[in-house]
Amino acid sequence: MPAGKNTVGAAMPRRQRRAGRGEARAGVWFALPWMIGLSVFTAIPLLLTFFIAHSRFQITGAPKWVGMQNYEAIFADPAFWTSAGNTFMFAAISVPIKLLLALGLALLLNRVTALSGFYRTVFYLPFLMPAVAGSIVFILLLNPSAGPVNLMLSAIGLDPPDWLRDPKAALWTLILLNLWPLGVETLVFLGGLQNIPKDVSEAADLDSPKRWHKLVWITIPLITPMILFNLVIGIIYSFQIFAQALVIGGTTGRPAEATLMYMVVLYRLAFRYFNMGQAAAMAVVLFAVVLLLTLLIFRTARSWVYYEGDSR
Amino acid sequence: MSTRRTAPRRWWQNLMYHALMLGFAGIFLLPFYWMAISAFKNNAEIFANPVQWFPMPFRWENLGALVSRDDFPFLRQFANSVFYAGSVALAVCFSCSLAAYSFGCLRWRGRNLVFGLTVCALLLPGVVTFLPVYMGWTRLGLNGTYWPLIAPFLLGDAFYIFMLRQFFLGVPRELMDAARLDGASEFRIWWQIVLPQVRTPLVIVGLFAIVYTWNEFFGPLIYLQDREKFPLSLGLFTFRAARAQEWSISMMGALFTALPMVILFLLTQRLFQRGLSSTGLK
Repeated sequence: MPAGKNTVGAAMPRRQRRAGRGEARAGVWFALPWMIGLSVFTAIPLLLTFFIAHSRFQITGAPKWVGMQNYEAIFADPAFWTSAGNTFMFAAISVPIKLLLALGLALLLNRVTALSGFYRTVFYLPFLMPAVAGSIVFILLLNPSAGPVNLMLSAIGLDPPDWLRDPKAALWTLILLNLWPLGVETLVFLGGLQNIPKDVSEAADLDSPKRWHKLVWITIPLITPMILFNLVIGIIYSFQIFAQALVIGGTTGRPAEATLMYMVVLYRLAFRYFNMGQAAAMAVVLFAVVLLLTLLIFRTARSWVYYEGDSR
Repeated sequence: MSTRRTAPRRWWQNLMYHALMLGFAGIFLLPFYWMAISAFKNNAEIFANPVQWFPMPFRWENLGALVSRDDFPFLRQFANSVFYAGSVALAVCFSCSLAAYSFGCLRWRGRNLVFGLTVCALLLPGVVTFLPVYMGWTRLGLNGTYWPLIAPFLLGDAFYIFMLRQFFLGVPRELMDAARLDGASEFRIWWQIVLPQVRTPLVIVGLFAIVYTWNEFFGPLIYLQDREKFPLSLGLFTFRAARAQEWSISMMGALFTALPMVILFLLTQRLFQRGLSSTGLK
């Protein structure tokens, strides 16, 4: 591969070619540790997971090929369907709400005031809270008699639920817990908003006096790449919610399996019952679902995501 | 910045804006506040009716109680967390700067393929790889140690490589070409020419690695069994699972699990924001 465009003298090409070859060799060497890491800790385990899903594989002893038995077993397990339903509901509710709130907050943050830096810091802080610590704090916050949340909700005339003991409300505990660190998404949106060229923004102001016109026709289309980014990451992340669910609901998804999440059931299978085969089968199913959703989103992305003409 | 319109905002519009934003800020800070005040109350005061918005009296003795428990070796676990996060950050800075340099600055056949796979790995749910890896470490007899938690980062990590590469792309190629014509070895170019250019990005990546590792829960949960070896997240979880009623200690523990990261963030905010904008799309 040619090393440069600015060939000057007659002696240059050979020298550059040699440099190019050296560069190529160095490129492989520098990437080698990572290529090994990628194979050993990602590629090979990915293949092995499929293999384990088709075997009876206790931690010790040789694996035995069992065909589709592990899949049949997990599909016959009510806990699988409960947790899959809960996880799907959790993702379907929390991801859109989170994106909408983050977008709204980013629009609000997108102006220069004396307090802008302060706001940005405050909204980012929850991201730094370890999931375990945050979940424990939420148990107190949402306590029906001694927590400030229900106190304030009653004060404005609402009838707040018993978040942690009412099976109908318990999933919302996890949703609230997941909404709290929305500052990350907000800052990604804000980055997009601040990249909108000033002349575009000003031209839109001149074209139409209505602010929502600009929002719908200029601002949102220009940040669709960030919406796509947050959407994909949000879905992948929320299908794998674990620590929060384990703190709030334990391994049984208290109350009444309302907070039983997919990863918790998988964890239970692998490390409580040491049934690696069924756990791997669950992992494969989750992988297939997430992959399908991601591909679907990327597929539709062509029609709603705006990319600047000079993409690099 | 970009929303400045021709007519300046009126004072009452500004007032409403700040009232709204301060309200939101209050909501976001409430869990932190509640954690901090509950840490200095006893159980009766935490569940007092009416709600106590400020601890009266301020129970400093909870601090002493936190560090003197046998079933929650807090100081030990704090040290473990520091070791864990620090090791991962160092490993990541080293290994990922190698790969990111290769992807961002060097041209070689297959580069785009390998980088494409790296991006795929970034989007791959961890759940489809951890079981065989876990079984492998168990075979090696290293289950129960920090090896499985740290060693993989010595070879690199897709997220940090992706992040660092964005910065390596910005290093001017002329710099490297000039050094090459002077006969510098590729290793020397990396070490003496390129790395000094990305010193700040390396610090950014290290900071992200510290925060993520400090908050990491799943890995320690499956690999560590001995309380003396737990990092803080896991120690706090285990304590709370066994002693659900001792809220003062749980809250004090949560406070001191969160505090180091909050302080670190407040001290290095500008770097965090640069890191975040580099991972978001261009």
